[in-house]
Formats: sequence, C-alpha cells, structure tokens
Amino acid sequence: MQLAYIVRRFGVFLLIIWLAATLNFFLPRLSGQDPVRTKLLQQASLGGYAQAGIEEMTREYERRFGLDKPLWRQYATYLGDMARLDFNYSIANYPRKVRELIADALPWTIGLLGTTTLLSFAIGSVLGALLGWPRAPRWMMWLMPPLWALHAIPFFLLGLILTYLFAFQIPLLPIFGGYSAGAVPGLNWHFLADMLSHALLPALSIVLVATGGWALSMRGMMVTTMGEDYVVFAEAKGLKPSTIFTRYCLRNAILPQVTALALALGQILSGAVLVEVIFGYPGIGTLLFQAIRENDQFVIQGIVFIVVALGLTTFVLDIVYPWLDPRISYRRA
Amino acid sequence: MRAVLRYLHRNPSLALGIALLTAVVLFVAISRMFVDVEDARPLSAPTLRPPSQAYPFGTDRQGRDLLAVMVAGTPLTLRIGFIAGFIGVGLGAALVFVAAYYRGFLDTVIRGIADIGLTVPGLLVLIIIAVSIKGTLTVNQMAIVVASLAWLYPTRTIRAQVLSLRERGYVEVARLSGMSGPGIIFVELLPYLAATLVNSVSAAILASIGLEVLGLGPVDAPTLGMTLYWVNFNAAMINGWWWWWLAPTVIILTVFLGLFFVTVGLDEIANPRLRRSA
Repeated sequence: MQLAYIVRRFGVFLLIIWLAATLNFFLPRLSGQDPVRTKLLQQASLGGYAQAGIEEMTREYERRFGLDKPLWRQYATYLGDMARLDFNYSIANYPRKVRELIADALPWTIGLLGTTTLLSFAIGSVLGALLGWPRAPRWMMWLMPPLWALHAIPFFLLGLILTYLFAFQIPLLPIFGGYSAGAVPGLNWHFLADMLSHALLPALSIVLVATGGWALSMRGMMVTTMGEDYVVFAEAKGLKPSTIFTRYCLRNAILPQVTALALALGQILSGAVLVEVIFGYPGIGTLLFQAIRENDQFVIQGIVFIVVALGLTTFVLDIVYPWLDPRISYRRA
Repeated sequence: MRAVLRYLHRNPSLALGIALLTAVVLFVAISRMFVDVEDARPLSAPTLRPPSQAYPFGTDRQGRDLLAVMVAGTPLTLRIGFIAGFIGVGLGAALVFVAAYYRGFLDTVIRGIADIGLTVPGLLVLIIIAVSIKGTLTVNQMAIVVASLAWLYPTRTIRAQVLSLRERGYVEVARLSGMSGPGIIFVELLPYLAATLVNSVSAAILASIGLEVLGLGPVDAPTLGMTLYWVNFNAAMINGWWWWWLAPTVIILTVFLGLFFVTVGLDEIANPRLRRSA
C-alpha cells in the first residue's frame, strides 16, 4: 500500500543520512589531522608570537570543542548534534556557530539556483518540444547546434567568459559578490535592484547551459512520443495540430522531464558551487570554498550534511507521481 | 581508411568530436617541440606579461610561461580524466557482469549502492575525501580520488543496457544460432561501453577541475584546473589579466566539446534509432 511505500522510502532516507554523517565523522579522523592545532599555529605564525602556550591553548580548545573525549563518546555526541542540526562552532570564525553561517548562506543559493533551475526547465522544455515538432518554423533548427555546444560547457567556464564580456569589456554588470559593498541589506527597491544586478551574470551562466540540456532531452522525448500509435490516430481523426501538440505530445513527453526536474531540484545546493566561487556570490558554495581554504572541518561537515539531507528530500516528490501520471501506482500488483 | 572517412561523413558529430580532440593533441605535440616544459614552473619568466613574441600566451603572476603551462598541463588534466574514466567504467562493467551472472541478492546490493550513491552530490563527497587526505595530492592520487565515485553512473547505465539487451529479439536469434549468451551481450555492448567511457572521462575531468578550482588539487602540478585556481586566487579577472584565463578556458572548452560530440556520435552507433531523428 501507499503507506508501506512511504515508510520504506523514509527508512532509506534515514539510512543514507546516517551513512553520510558517519562517513563525515570518520574520514577526517582517519587522516589524523588536528584542525585546532593547525589553526592556532597558523594564527601564531601570522602574529609572530612565540609558540609557547600553544599546547595548553590546543588542549583548552579541544576541551571546548569536545575533542578530548574517547572516540565513541565523540561519535555519540556527534550523532545527537546532527539530529538536532547542531554543527558545533566554526573553527575559523570561532564564536560563530556553523548553523548560523549556513543559515546566512542558504537563502542566496536557494534563491539563485531555484530560480535558474525552474527558468531553464520551462524555457528548455518548450524549446525542446518545438524542436521535435515537424511543423515548427524552419529557423528553429538553427538553434540546435548552439544548444548542444552550450550544454557541453561547465557552468563556471561560461561564467568566466560572461564576466569578461559583460563586466570587464563592457562594464554593464557588477563582477563580484551578492550586493554592492556598503549597501545595507533590507527589503527596499534600491537593495533589491542591486541584488538582482549582481545575480544576473551567475544566473545567466547557469540558465544558458542548463536550458540546452532540458531542450535536448525534451526533444528526444517528443520524437519518441510522436511515433506512438495514438498520435497517428489523432492525426487520422483530423484533430487540430495545436491540439495534438499540446494534449497528445507535450503532455506525455513532459513526464520524464518532471522526474528529472525533481532530481535537479535536489541538486540545487551543490549544482553551482563553482559558479558561486567564480562570482564570489555569498551562498553555500563560497562558504564551502572559504572553509576549505581555512581547513574549517566543522563548516565543511555541516555543509555536506545539509546538502545531502536537503538533496534527499526530493525522495518525497516521488509520492506525487501517481497524481501526475495515472499509470504509476505504488500498490503491489 | 576510405571506409572510415566515408563513415565519418555520415556521422558528423563523431567527426567533429574527433577533430576537436585531435586539435588539442596536435597543439600539445607540436608546441612541445618548441617549448621547454620546465618554464611551467614559477619564476622561469618575467611576471604578468601579456602575449608577445617571446611568450605567445603571456606569463602569470608567479612567472610561469603560460604556453609551457598549457603544454605541460593539458596532458596532466587528460591523464586524470582517462585514469578515472577507465577505472570507473572498468569497475562498473565488472560489477554489472558479476551482478548479471549471480543475479538475486548480489545484484540488488550492487544496484542499491549505485542508486543511493548517485543521489548524493558527488563533488561534495570528493571534497570530503580530498580534505581528509593529509598533505597535497599528486596528479595520480587526484585521479584515484575522482575514480572513487566514477563507477557509480557507469554501473547503473551499463546494467540498464544489459537488461534491455537480454530481452531483445535479435539477441534471442543469435543465441538460438549458437552464440554464447555473455559473448553476444559483450559484442553488442561494446559501442555502448565506448560511449559510456568517453562520457565518464568527461565527467572525471569536470570533477577534477572542480576540486582544483576549490583549491584541493595538486598544488605543484600545472594542470588546467590549477591554472584556473590561480586565476581566481589572484583575481586575474578584475585586474584585467585576460591572457591568464583565456588559454586554459579555450583548451578546456575544446576538450569538453570534443568529448561531448564523440559521445553523441558513439551513441548513434550504439543506438541506431537515434539516426532517424537526427
């Protein structure tokens, strides 16, 4: 029954989360790195201090971060913390908690990637449907090669090229960051416009690449659907071409696209880490980049955990399929 | 040779892909004769020169001759891609054959791991692995790190293809006429395996460049991704040092487009039904 299916799905979900958390915990410890000591030594060498007292400081910080307890205790506490989404303090920005850092960055990434994913899905699906439709205007065929080529390019490379063209050569758009330095974040038109102009280039580099992918897969599905008997039958009945296009072809061809959209939405946190890094966009990707630079293990772990967990929630979207496509049902036959 | 050319004429995607990849290989091979690869190390040239007679691709802030960097780095980046791609597809194909042979429980486990692994964002897992390794990576270690996840996707797609082949009519006919079952599947699978391999190489290169741009790559090696890392690190874009990122970007683009069109061309061989729609 439905319920049994949902329970099983949820069980798998928890299992993956636990596996990810465990991997997250043991992998860095296997390598025997000591992030606290490394950080302190780094600070000491920057400030030119003598290294006396480093040992005691390390011990004190380890006590505070709970790193002096036996491994199994640490693991138990860690699992408890994860369940409460508490990722401890950031080592590099000490008094700040990892959760705060991530909470600050999340809206930026979700806003940018959510919008661009939906936008490229919509544009790509319509374009692809028309490209697979024999009655579509001839000139549309010329769109194919550029779409293919764009599809093969990684987001961030296109980002680099766009930055050069539209921010350096023709200085139309800002080059870096999520908003202008000195702008006060708030809900007013001035700030929103500033934010939008900063998001335009990263968004463009994602949309241009992703649209190609959506269009290509949609076109493939269209071609297959149009070979189906019911489409031939509809033509033989003398239905209007526009009816055949929307009701007979589009509606059937878009189903796999919706599946792919669910998967793509699961990737929105990790999909454009590099785009954010290139544009210095203040989202999850940039936070991760800084954490890697500063060897801030807790921040890295927190981000990986959140990204995996949020990505997996798209499992839930499975449940809406029977409603989209009556042929699917989760009842045992 | 004539036959090959005639075939390429019928399959323009494959021809274009091969041409692009050949261009990259020729560029490296020919430049290698004129350039000292040692100049790819820092401090071997004046810093931040735009392209000129002496330094056709310019030099970077640490005094690397960028032409030498490209000549030394392109093969390194391709090597990471090919090592990881081969390990990924080899492991994937082996697992699929084991699963197809024993079926039942083992098949379920292998499919389960591949399915679950694919839902987890790969780049982040690679980041965790790379961060955990002590010290900086070498190019070969980099390839192994990337390969550690490179088998997931091939396993899933090859398995689907084997299952679909098993049910096809012509496979049945071939079996009735006395060919061995696994033999048929293997022969029929070859073009498909080739397409998967090219696809995996491309994915591995993308993953390695991703790790490198984030600063987790082999710091001493002049790979294309590390060059982009230094570009980003030194804010070359804002400072207007366009030649620094132009060369690696063009080469990476050419490699990706080449691999992509080769995959499209190979897909056409593996799956003749696509021809009708092209």
